[in-house]
Amino acid sequence: MTDQMQPMLHETSLLRSFRIQMRVIGALLMREVLTRYGRHNIGFLWLFIEPMLFTLGVTALWTFSNAHHGSNIPIVAFAVTGYSSVLLWRNMPGRAIGAVEPNLSLMYHRNVKIIDVFAARLLLEAAGATTSFFVLSIVWISIGWMQPPQDILKVLFGWFMLAWFGASLALLLGCLSERSEVVDKIWHPAAYLLFPLSGAAFMVDFLPSAAQKVILILPMVHGVELLREGYFGSFVHAHYDIPYMAAVCFGLTVLALAQERFISQRVTPE
Amino acid sequence: MICISNVVKKYHTRHGEVTVLDNINLTICKGEKVGILGLNGSGKSTLIRLISGAEQPNFGSITRKMSVSWPLAFGGAFQGSLTGFDNLRFICRIYGVVVESRIDYVQDFSELGKFLYEPVKTYSSGMRARLAFAISMAVEFDCFLIDEIIAVGDNRFQEKCQQELFEKRKNRAMIMVSHDPHNIKKHCSRFIVLHQGILQEFTDIVTAFEYYQKN
Repeated sequence: MTDQMQPMLHETSLLRSFRIQMRVIGALLMREVLTRYGRHNIGFLWLFIEPMLFTLGVTALWTFSNAHHGSNIPIVAFAVTGYSSVLLWRNMPGRAIGAVEPNLSLMYHRNVKIIDVFAARLLLEAAGATTSFFVLSIVWISIGWMQPPQDILKVLFGWFMLAWFGASLALLLGCLSERSEVVDKIWHPAAYLLFPLSGAAFMVDFLPSAAQKVILILPMVHGVELLREGYFGSFVHAHYDIPYMAAVCFGLTVLALAQERFISQRVTPE
Repeated sequence: MICISNVVKKYHTRHGEVTVLDNINLTICKGEKVGILGLNGSGKSTLIRLISGAEQPNFGSITRKMSVSWPLAFGGAFQGSLTGFDNLRFICRIYGVVVESRIDYVQDFSELGKFLYEPVKTYSSGMRARLAFAISMAVEFDCFLIDEIIAVGDNRFQEKCQQELFEKRKNRAMIMVSHDPHNIKKHCSRFIVLHQGILQEFTDIVTAFEYYQKN
């Protein structure tokens, strides 16, 4: 009752706001998990089983079709690193677009902000893709289908950069989709077309140098290259420019937060 | 204290901009019962949304120095596929209340019994309304927002709600908007009419009602 709310009034407002926000994001996360996966069959395990199934399928397809152009990189590790990366940056925007509308009525609870709704969804999506990547890697490594990564810190750094890219793009598109339906319509073909260009199914080094310059405009390619260098070490020749990728992500983040501010001042619940 | 100062709220419509609240000012102190009368479409619900913080004003500011509830018995934020208990737990988490301390109260007050653990989408509208009211009472606030007193359940249940809100919590502040002067007269001590985006306060309900009827 009141006695539970009272002590918080004495804390500094910044710390208090931070605590409230963590609590709200936590509550939204649990609500999202229950709503999406329910309590039936394997429940929230779908969170990472679903991306795992995707990655498994793609790994099988690429293994049988020998999709990496005669290079001698181990195909299983190539597919797992590649497709997991795609799931990481591509699924976040998919969940963020249209995220506000079904949650508008939550705005009556003043502590719930638009940014919290996005944060909960993005955290969940990132957690799913990350768990799927890690579980698959550990399983394949333990049965000998994949070698352990050469430099695990580099792998994690690449993964983090891809997550940052995915999250900032997702927040921007999620906010813009509140302002225009076109975003939703365009994202689907864009995501589909970006997949083959994202560096998941090739290494930049395979390409002619003119094409390399063009493909390296895409920020996620740098993240995948870094991740693969971490995984395969000197076995591959990676091309990346992390300051460039960071600059793009930073720009996206700033734009996204500005848009978030814009829409959160204008939301109209029923 | 809640301080509404120079608040303007406009909406874009197909036939141009509509000013719903036009530079309104209102201060509500602890324990005050404020009744706001207004016709349909006069902006009562907009005002409630602004005070609750669900929407932001175009100009002006709303300062809250006491805790303000969400609109009483509002069930729109229920997630249908979740159980009544899940929805209660969600609200408790948001407001930092230990859910275990509220289960018995909500289960008992809402008279849902074991249905508390069934998905809300399987509830009748009466069950939903009873759950919404019970959850509203599960978190304590200094000021309650009431957007029309909705009659929930049968007479006995309505009496129970009235007692819970107006008797047990009679020291709390309250902002009630309604098109019905009877409710305002019964529960409020300050009388305000919202007309053409402007708040006009009266010292008694009779003059407030006269003004309300004239327009």
